[in-house]
Amino acid sequence: MSPRKKKMLTLALAVAGLAIATALILTAFEKNLMYFYSPSEIAMGDAPENRPFRIGGMVVKGSVVREKDTLGVWFNLTDYANERMVYYKGILPDLFREGQGIVAKGGLNETGLFVATEVLAKHDENYMPPEVADALKKSQKYQNSK
Amino acid sequence: MIVELGHFSTVLALICSAMLSIIPLIGAQTNNAHLMDIAKSAARAQFLLVFLGFLALTWAFVTNDFSLTYVASNSNSSLPLGFRISAVWGAHEGSLLLWVLILSIWMAAFTCSNNDMPPKFKARVLAILGIISFGFLIFMLFTSNPFLRNLPSPANGLDLNPLLQDLGLIIHPPLLYAGYVGFSVPFALAIAALLGDGVNPAWARWARPWVLVAWSFLTIGISLGSWWAYYELGWGGWWFWDPVENASFMPWLLGTALVHSLAATEKRNIFKSWTILLAIATFGLSLIGTFLVRSGILTSVHAFATDPTRGVFILAFLTIVIGGALAVFAAKKPQSDPLASDSLAARETFLLTNSIVLSVATATVLLGTLYPLLIDALGRGKMSVGAPYFNSVFIPLMVPLLMLIGFGQTAHWRRDSFKRLFSIAKYPAACAITLAIGAWAMLEGTGAIQAALALLMAFWVIVTTLKNLYLQLSNATKISPVRRALLGQSVAHIGFAVTVIGVTLVSIYSVEKHVRMSPGESIEFSNYQATFDSIKKITGPNYSGVEATFNVTQDEKVIAVLFPQKRNYNAGSQTMTEAGISAGITKDIYIALGEKIDTEDWGVRLNIKPFVRWIWFGAFLMAAGGMIAASDLRFKRLNKNRRPSAQT
Repeated sequence: MSPRKKKMLTLALAVAGLAIATALILTAFEKNLMYFYSPSEIAMGDAPENRPFRIGGMVVKGSVVREKDTLGVWFNLTDYANERMVYYKGILPDLFREGQGIVAKGGLNETGLFVATEVLAKHDENYMPPEVADALKKSQKYQNSK
Repeated sequence: MIVELGHFSTVLALICSAMLSIIPLIGAQTNNAHLMDIAKSAARAQFLLVFLGFLALTWAFVTNDFSLTYVASNSNSSLPLGFRISAVWGAHEGSLLLWVLILSIWMAAFTCSNNDMPPKFKARVLAILGIISFGFLIFMLFTSNPFLRNLPSPANGLDLNPLLQDLGLIIHPPLLYAGYVGFSVPFALAIAALLGDGVNPAWARWARPWVLVAWSFLTIGISLGSWWAYYELGWGGWWFWDPVENASFMPWLLGTALVHSLAATEKRNIFKSWTILLAIATFGLSLIGTFLVRSGILTSVHAFATDPTRGVFILAFLTIVIGGALAVFAAKKPQSDPLASDSLAARETFLLTNSIVLSVATATVLLGTLYPLLIDALGRGKMSVGAPYFNSVFIPLMVPLLMLIGFGQTAHWRRDSFKRLFSIAKYPAACAITLAIGAWAMLEGTGAIQAALALLMAFWVIVTTLKNLYLQLSNATKISPVRRALLGQSVAHIGFAVTVIGVTLVSIYSVEKHVRMSPGESIEFSNYQATFDSIKKITGPNYSGVEATFNVTQDEKVIAVLFPQKRNYNAGSQTMTEAGISAGITKDIYIALGEKIDTEDWGVRLNIKPFVRWIWFGAFLMAAGGMIAASDLRFKRLNKNRRPSAQT
């Protein structure tokens, strides 16, 4: 093989590899982007219907209800403008409690209930997830301007 | 008083680093040996001063001096002594001090080594490291000073985050930092080479041990973090593709590429620009990691800081350092490489592919980590990139990497033929296929095919590595013995395969079950029966809580008794889960308590984690391999008459 030919071959291999990788990456990327919506945005109908997303807010005091005999739990999340009921079946993180900011992953069912596959709370007492803090700020502004 | 001395000492260190940043560079430019000589003493003085500052802060923690804001927010008089000491780096300010201390240690180590480097080169390397320490010392003293007092002093401190009250967290940050910060040395070596005599095999030989040692520390640091998350967070996960994890993983990936590219630069004087760029980018990613972690823009256990000036400062510093480095590179770029090799089957091709694959892998992680931040910064909404993205991209990228390790190790430099490579690989391939089929027969479930294919790759790497080692050993003579570099390389490659085995099996065959149980109840899971035997109150030095007893039986035989705990830390009233783990070579049984529901019931998480230990054991082998290779005699051969033990 001549050096030139070989160089071309190396180059072609590299380009082909990169092209495959890019294609793989972008499809996977598109499929796995997960957006965040606050209860107010969901109330306005912004949230997607058939793809999972994340919701965040404060757990409304007194809203946590346990299912009998299972690990199921219902609670309401609020951004102080709107509330959304969430259902989750599984073990809640240590820092989940009423009045704390949390983020949940999942989607809406036909009745508008948010069914969570994962509930996240951070490992800090004074913690508020940045998304939640942001959503609260937005809804406050919204209310002030009303 | 001691604290003030420490504070003062740190300020002196800043002055030292300022001198170190300027004077040796002028000396190197004007050929003034006296000015260049200052580098060595300034670097050592800086190390001593930072160390004194660090000791003073440690002293404040040991003596419970809560008049320091930093101590008061991160310690408590009931905290055990060991944790009071590790609390020094338990939060933002102190961990920055640790960052600077480790940088200073690397600098001091550099002054003690490689006596065959030209003094000009050495002076420049130390000056560049001085610039980096200057930036971080300024950052620490002006935005995150751990020595500030808050009088009158509170009666007691707030306590250390309970998650950090753990052995894994005592050692994880120093080792991880040793790796992160360690890549500053290759960075400085690269810039000094550009400023001076350029890149050549001698330079690569100087750089290799530093890269290898930094890489080994980073490997250990990351795997310790993974191990800690596994047993301490109570979810049984060992990797979450969390942005903070990615922040440490990206320099690791590029650092791995650097290790391999540097080998080609040393042996064949090629890939020079690429090696330099990798050295710059690896350290750049370490800085980006520091920025991501310390600026508070990430949601994570590691994000202590929420002060935006800190983020802006690191970002500015990053821009200056990396921008400056790239400007130097653009101005003094090494000449373009001659044709890499005479034959496509030569080792150069395999190393090139290694670089391509690892760079693409780094880019995918970077995209998944930065894109959500970018979108957020543009005000286009909040989003995150899920773990499935990383998995679906990463796994196909690892396949060619594993394939090529098997060929690349045996390939000759410069000229080789695929025919020869295939003929060497024939028996190892057959052996790996046999083993994989054997494994397949033992595996069950829907993932068996994927698992068997991944295992095939891992077996292939192990068998070819062993065969290569065997061939080299049998060819070795007294005059040309097998080098430690080869030994280290083999250990590291086998370690990589071991990690792949662990990752594969734990990903496909983990079993997780969330259940509601009360004491006395039993539950079937997988092939086991878990009985919630009893629960009792416990009291620790700074917490109280409950401890459950679980008996795990298989075929009526008790195979493990686990004691998961739920702790309530007094000072911050935080709740913590301590999982009960029965560790084993082929599987871990992992039980964690959720919360108490009603009067009797508990949420319980049961996990079987097959081969999870292999992930960390493989990482340990990789790090050990890096260290063995770094100790190769040729890296210190030119100074053996002077200081045989000086090499780090």
